[in-house]
Amino acid sequence: MTASSFDPKRVRADFPILSTTVHNQPLVYLDNAATTQKPSAVIERIVDYYTTENSNVHRGVHLLSETATASFEEARMKVKSFIGAAEAAEIIFTRGTTEGINLVASSFVAPRLHEGDEVLITAMEHHSNIVPWQLLCEAKGAHLRVVPIDDRGDVILEELETMLTDRTRIFAFSHVSNALGTVNPVERMIAMAHGRGVPVLVDGAQAVPHIPVDVRALDADFYVFSGHKLFGPTGIGALYGKRSLLEAMPPWQGGGDMILSVTWAKTTFNQIPYRFEAGTPNIAGAIGLGAAIDYVGKVGLRNIAAYEDELLAYGTEKLAAIPGLRMIGTAVKKASVLSFTLEGVHPHDIGTIVDQEGVAIRTGHHCAQPVMERFCVPATARASLAFYNTREDIDALGAALNKVIEVFR
Amino acid sequence: MSGEMRDLYQEIILDHNRNPRNYKKPGDANREAEGYNPLCGDHYKLWLTLDGESIRDFGFDGSGCAISKASASVMGTLIKGKSADEARAMYETFRKLVTGEQKPDIEEAGKMAAFGGVSDFPVRVKCAILAWHAMKGALEGADTVSTE
Repeated sequence: MTASSFDPKRVRADFPILSTTVHNQPLVYLDNAATTQKPSAVIERIVDYYTTENSNVHRGVHLLSETATASFEEARMKVKSFIGAAEAAEIIFTRGTTEGINLVASSFVAPRLHEGDEVLITAMEHHSNIVPWQLLCEAKGAHLRVVPIDDRGDVILEELETMLTDRTRIFAFSHVSNALGTVNPVERMIAMAHGRGVPVLVDGAQAVPHIPVDVRALDADFYVFSGHKLFGPTGIGALYGKRSLLEAMPPWQGGGDMILSVTWAKTTFNQIPYRFEAGTPNIAGAIGLGAAIDYVGKVGLRNIAAYEDELLAYGTEKLAAIPGLRMIGTAVKKASVLSFTLEGVHPHDIGTIVDQEGVAIRTGHHCAQPVMERFCVPATARASLAFYNTREDIDALGAALNKVIEVFR
Repeated sequence: MSGEMRDLYQEIILDHNRNPRNYKKPGDANREAEGYNPLCGDHYKLWLTLDGESIRDFGFDGSGCAISKASASVMGTLIKGKSADEARAMYETFRKLVTGEQKPDIEEAGKMAAFGGVSDFPVRVKCAILAWHAMKGALEGADTVSTE
């Protein structure tokens, strides 16, 4: 038995899609940074909701509505416990990470961002943590500033220090990089920002499936993630914000549920979190996310982190042995992601050929074009791990890559 | 390697990817177009030297996947010396070939036939057809095209 204490072969049985074949080969799913597969527990919980509980929430006095509301709010409590928030009111359900970031940009940063002010991000961000800020800065005449990363894929902390100025209104950065796999020293970076009075938004989309997150220990002002990357359904995510910040924010979208009363003369708004949840929510999605959190809790994030560390080390070593392979993203602390190029072979050709061998990886710019430019590559091939991957999966990737080399030699 | 893979990455394609023909700008180029698929990163510049209705010379530059580069290279060898109308007709033949719409005459296809396997890989059709689309654009005086 390895250092981590769970059996990946046993958990694979929980994921029905993993026994699929593609092109008559067993599926080797290594595209988890794009989206994760779902355990039966999550699939069944969603089916169960629609079969026995489905009703709109917060509005009815009939039993089904009460039941649905209870399940929905219970899911909110699960998210709160999962990331260590102080209270459920600090958890806003969104469509995903992208929407969460846009919400913060619009409702928190916009009112306090004036001409000449600054928004600070890093050079490793996903487009969802770049474009909302570009749009906002352009609208306000503010400056978007970017903390550089080094050749290994780490944020240059000395630069961060000088780039936190008294005009910086927000510092937004990722916990784990989707293109490079870098795990940032979040607590330290937040402390640096707070030392200059700068609030922080952390993009945790690639972190929560792999490492335990405690937003209060990190002292994050805002933390966002997506359900579908956490073995939950698509179309749901969560935004955590400190109560004091959320309470002071104007509404994001207007509509039902986020109001207290509506008249032609005046409309008053609901308390948090509902103020930021206009319209009928993705009820089934939230409940599915709750079930995913339960499932991950049973497996144990510490077990997951330890196991994935070993697997990532195995994968890194295996790929390093492939002639002409260059790993992009070699930070000391990494999670899940193996991004690479192969000399003389375009990533799309890599992707097509390994797909024929049943191996699913992603090729392209991974919604991180600035990262690709930083490393002077048009695109990379990316294998990304989850706890249901095995050494055999890595071996299959290695064999498929050797096939690629065969074709192109 | 599977049959389909063998069909997709035929020797002609691998050869033209490794050693693209006409991989430079012709000195007397008078038509130019850009082919760019931003989502996948295939990016090429194409030049034609049109002499009346005849394509006297062809050249291209840029980077992308093996399918797109080989396609541009093979295309160049097929259209040089042909008329603009003939080139447009070839575009149609090629398009039908790679989308699987219609298998061309063996003779008519010539080297084009090497791309027949693309029809089994719908995601790669846009790679194969990018250069051809740009060439048609160049004939019509278009600036930049995309096949995404």
